[in-house]
Amino acid sequence: MNEQQAIVEVKNLSVSFGGSKVVKDVSFTVRAGECLALVGESGSGKSVTARSLLGLAGPGSTVTAETLTVAGQDGRSLSQRSWRTLRGKEVGFILQDALTSLDPLRTVGKEIDDSLRLHTRASGATRATRVMELLEAVGLDDPERRAGQRSGELSGGMRQRALIAAAIALDPQLIIADEPTTALDATIAASIMDLLGTLRQAGSGVLLISHDLAAVAKVADTIAVMQAGHIVERGTRDQIFHDPQHPYTRALLAAVPAGKPRFVKLSPTEEASSQVHTRDSEQKVTAAEDAGGEAGAVVRPVLSARKLSKSFAKGKHATFMAIKDVSFELLPGRTLGVVGESGSGKTTTARIVLGLLAPDAGAVELFDEPWSSAREVDRRSRRSQLGAIYQDPLSSFDPRLSVGSLLADAVSFGATRNPRSHAARITELLQMVGLDAEMSGRNPATLSGGQRQRLAIARALAPQPRVLICDEPVSALDVSVQAQVLDLLDELQQRLGLSYVFISHDLSVVRHMSDDVLVMRAGQVVESGATERIFTSPRHDYTRALLAASPLVGTQESGGGL
Amino acid sequence: MRQLFRVLAAVVLLFFILAAIAPNLLAPFDPLAIDPAAAFSSPSAGHVLGTDESGRDIYSRIIHGARPSLLIGAMATAIGLGIALVLGTIAGFGGRWLDFGIGRILEVLFALPGLLLALVFIALAGPGVTTTVIAVGITAAPGYARIIRGQILTLRSSPMVEAATVLGRSRFHVLRVHILPNALAPIGVLATLGLGQAILWAASLSFLGLGSPPPTPEWGAMLSAGRTYLSLAWWMTFFPGMAIVLVAAAATVLGRSTKFGGVR
Repeated sequence: MNEQQAIVEVKNLSVSFGGSKVVKDVSFTVRAGECLALVGESGSGKSVTARSLLGLAGPGSTVTAETLTVAGQDGRSLSQRSWRTLRGKEVGFILQDALTSLDPLRTVGKEIDDSLRLHTRASGATRATRVMELLEAVGLDDPERRAGQRSGELSGGMRQRALIAAAIALDPQLIIADEPTTALDATIAASIMDLLGTLRQAGSGVLLISHDLAAVAKVADTIAVMQAGHIVERGTRDQIFHDPQHPYTRALLAAVPAGKPRFVKLSPTEEASSQVHTRDSEQKVTAAEDAGGEAGAVVRPVLSARKLSKSFAKGKHATFMAIKDVSFELLPGRTLGVVGESGSGKTTTARIVLGLLAPDAGAVELFDEPWSSAREVDRRSRRSQLGAIYQDPLSSFDPRLSVGSLLADAVSFGATRNPRSHAARITELLQMVGLDAEMSGRNPATLSGGQRQRLAIARALAPQPRVLICDEPVSALDVSVQAQVLDLLDELQQRLGLSYVFISHDLSVVRHMSDDVLVMRAGQVVESGATERIFTSPRHDYTRALLAASPLVGTQESGGGL
Repeated sequence: MRQLFRVLAAVVLLFFILAAIAPNLLAPFDPLAIDPAAAFSSPSAGHVLGTDESGRDIYSRIIHGARPSLLIGAMATAIGLGIALVLGTIAGFGGRWLDFGIGRILEVLFALPGLLLALVFIALAGPGVTTTVIAVGITAAPGYARIIRGQILTLRSSPMVEAATVLGRSRFHVLRVHILPNALAPIGVLATLGLGQAILWAASLSFLGLGSPPPTPEWGAMLSAGRTYLSLAWWMTFFPGMAIVLVAAAATVLGRSTKFGGVR
């Protein structure tokens, strides 16, 4: 492979904005037919690095490098005009958010045709044929129809494929993909990665950027780990996964929840080694007795759903069955994982359980009392038993309220938003979730993603609930931050004897967090049972397909030796 | 450049607000003092903006006119917002049928030109400053009501309200504590923009002789009075007109520049 010509050669690349250097002395090469992955947390400089290869480092940036060769051109001295030619012809760029990258008013065919029209002299008919070829090459069904559709009519995976089609329209030597699968469901993400793998085999160089080591494992030949603007470690895929040298690489690997048993810490702790907190079975029974109220009796579920169904009107006459006959039980102190792709009815189920939506049929009981059938007025006093955290915590906060005010409101059951009135309890809550008590005066918008989710957890815990519904609580977070939040949820569960309903599209996260799992597809439960049973011997075809698509599940044991 | 406009607008507005609070500080003459000998003098060192048909100093009249003109604008905006708040909240929070009913009423009000609506009200209630204020307020209300309703509808289905419901808050509590304060943040900005419009409308009504009675130094009334002598003494119309334009433009510039303040 070393015989292959280098498409990108970067030596000591530095990028700074104003006074602050965000990329520091980064060097790497990408050869034809090779895939290099840049992995790091948000803010590690990986996107800026990729963008400087396109002359798009951003306004106010200063790019310096000893060597910056892209497709045979010296990137240090290119004019805007030459950059544009380079971008269209030699380098294809794929962004994370395909929805905003495509013009909603133009058809997909026109979008793809753009690069052909601007960079070649081909006739309209030739171009139209080429567009069809491209759509087929990226695996879109029925290319003729797809070419006439607009981005709003396509699903997330199809959009990403269309974007890839536009990026590879002119057979670029290099493809840069910035978090191409982060917003996608597992099976779709896997197929996009496969597509990138195919392009690599066809001879393109691929530069892949991601915050998730597991996500790049399938296609990357070489992985470079970035932290705070530096490449701290680089190596072949096997080296990085099986023999990581740098502590940061190890932390990133440890943060991958795949294959880690329950209660193993994912984030680095002060203790020398991560400890396996095996659950004391006696303690569990005690917690169960507390909840059930009777010693020695059968453990009663804290929350149970029987044959929930809900449909929504879709157009004038059609209805859309969001969920059908969903049943489950949540036992005290346990976690029920709900896994499925977008549109599988996970969130509808959560909304019914939270009493935000009335089911068409079926019933939810909370602590053996009717819940979904009760009137909201009667339900209100019992709401403190049931808390919730969401995927986007910030949007669930009143934007006018500071951290302290939000918690004061939750602690006082809405009576006051003055943080001074419950200062001691607010401090206690903030410390419980690992936030600084001094943050009380800040606006949640100024917090980082992980801090916001911690605040959401603190608010949910303020009324001292027994059950917490977690709807995709870590989906928007970097892997390393996700690890910290998952660890926090684990710790709180053990300390407070909480029961969780944990909803996620990410199988490895669900496996790590849950005692029991519910696999949902198209509104129905296709399989349910104990977590290990589901993951080791899945019975339903769909569960098997999900497992196969999920990166690294089951193969991570060897890499987990920290 | 934009910064410069903002500073200029603030200076203009502050000047007229000062004029409204303490006109004697800025005006050299009594706005009502008649001096027939000096009638129709063009702008000069003695009368910087000239005099009118009775020899009254135009500059002093504009300064003294700031109070009624600004007050009418501000009061009318306040009344418009008040009506809009009630209608918008009921429409946005009262359920489908109330929303439907209020929506149709607002559409009828929208269908009529604003000034015509104000004229109809004045025709019914009789001319005068109070009726002008109420008329302009009613005219401005549908626009605000629409926006408040939209804000409330958006906020009602927001994750923030859902979270409050999960925490066990009642509908009324959510409306009072979370929805209304957030819905009103952008309305404050709109009100600044609307202030300029309200002043224009009030001036128009005075121009038609339906607002402040002569010889009150009100800008619209001054325009109206000067109209007859436009070919003889252009300054009688030009300078009061400039005052209206300056205030309306300044309020608009400031309103726009604070557009994103307070809203995330």
